[in-house]
Amino acid sequence: MSKALLVAGRELRSFFSTWMGYIICAAALFIDGLLFNAFAISGTPKFSADVLADFFYFASGISIVSGVFLAMRLIAEEKQNGTIVLFYTSPISERQLIYGKFLSALIFSLIILFLSLYMPALIFINGKVSLGHLASGYLVLSFLGATAIAVTLFASTISPNQLIAGVTGALFTVTLLVLWMVSEIVEPPFKDLFAYLSIHNKHFSPFSQGIVNTKDVIYYISITVFFLECSVRALEARRWRG
Amino acid sequence: MISVEKLSKYYGGFRAIDNVSFRINEGEIVGLLGLNGAGKSTILKVLGCFLLPSDGKASVAGFSVDENPHEIRKLIGYLPDTPPLYDEMTVRSYLEYVAKLKNVPSNRVKERVEAVMAQTNTSGVQEKRLGELSHGFRQRVGIGQALVHDPKVLILDEPINGLDPVQIVEMRDLIISLKGRYTVVLSSHILSEITRTCDRILIVDKGRLVAEGTEAQLQGRMMQNMKLSCDVESLQGSFDSELRKLEGVTGVELQRGVAAGTDRLLIETDRDVRAAVAAKIVGAGVGLLGMTRADTGLEGVFMKLIKTGEERSHV
Repeated sequence: MSKALLVAGRELRSFFSTWMGYIICAAALFIDGLLFNAFAISGTPKFSADVLADFFYFASGISIVSGVFLAMRLIAEEKQNGTIVLFYTSPISERQLIYGKFLSALIFSLIILFLSLYMPALIFINGKVSLGHLASGYLVLSFLGATAIAVTLFASTISPNQLIAGVTGALFTVTLLVLWMVSEIVEPPFKDLFAYLSIHNKHFSPFSQGIVNTKDVIYYISITVFFLECSVRALEARRWRG
Repeated sequence: MISVEKLSKYYGGFRAIDNVSFRINEGEIVGLLGLNGAGKSTILKVLGCFLLPSDGKASVAGFSVDENPHEIRKLIGYLPDTPPLYDEMTVRSYLEYVAKLKNVPSNRVKERVEAVMAQTNTSGVQEKRLGELSHGFRQRVGIGQALVHDPKVLILDEPINGLDPVQIVEMRDLIISLKGRYTVVLSSHILSEITRTCDRILIVDKGRLVAEGTEAQLQGRMMQNMKLSCDVESLQGSFDSELRKLEGVTGVELQRGVAAGTDRLLIETDRDVRAAVAAKIVGAGVGLLGMTRADTGLEGVFMKLIKTGEERSHV
């Protein structure tokens, strides 16, 4: 565990010591703010809860995209720069490395979410929303960010460079995102399977309405752990491949 | 300390290492010598638990690279051909990070980092970012990260690669200073560096170990196949044909007029016939001006081994 934290700490500092972290953070907050202003709080009068639900809907996309950008470099950059050798020849397991990397991107993603809190706080000024609704919305944004990070981290593990990792990660994430659309046009049992596997529609909506279902929480944790373990296995397999 | 038995490694259908066996004793500095692509780095990667062998066995301090890679990683320091450095970190913060990564107890991290910076002469740049350092200093920090946990075995892949002559001398001195305290395995394609820093040399070609021994042993081994260059006073007639009759002489080439009044005889032999050749020349009343080996010491041995691709043999 301490090794994973060590890796996470270094990685997190590297987000702040390069432009990459600031650019992702600034871009995510800017687009979040733009969408909040353009769609959530403008137009016809709405209930505060609906404004908040709209905010979570738009912020979910930003969480996913920033997760992809944060994770695409995690392993691929180490491979590109040759620094991955440091881990391959040090007494650190592949699992400690992967979970440490994941943790760093997750913390950075949570920092971005924390900085976006001023937007729902504005709703409090002119409206009334429950803290539970706010918490459940931010919980699902965190889950979506974690899922996108885990999926792209796997892509980063199997890709030779950041660009390919980004494209592959985005491809995997979009596939998981649109599975609910595919579920609309296929026959059972794939209909239910695809609907269940989709990271957004079925599992996201209850959270955005302020409802936390245990099965949705288990789904997001499961899919995140699944891709993290795939990354561990992919990293272990490179000793065989060379 | 290191044992390799019938080791082979395939990349797909390509055989990078072919049935290699050797042993390295504790405290030895051993050099892997070979052309680029000979398989040196692959052997080091297997020893560094970076790659698994396709066949055969390799162990470090009794631990198998297959079964106990984690234990081996605690015992080794590894410098790849490009030092694994994070450009945004300072020298000190990087070495502290690596020390923690390599299980140095937290109360000893500072002490080890100070010691390694002194050892690699990087104390003066400790607050500089790694991205701002020259190639020579980057290489020094690379060795520092390999030494920071005080390993038993040091694996250095092309440590002098890309260094200028001054940096090469500094790196050579640094490696020699490690003698006796660590078991060192290093690779290079530069013969002179291997002979200056290593106790023993393993010559690798096309994935196979074609020879091993000290510089003197390898040269001695090739004495029976030496090439002699004899400078003589200008010859009249075909004296070279007389030399061909000597037992052990396999070929003679005459170069006329290499200097004023001087001809040169290049004599190929299959054994040490220097005394017989000298006697023959002097006995024929020809002035012998000098006799040297035409093959350039170990370099000649190396080139010959590479060319013939002969089977591994113990000296």
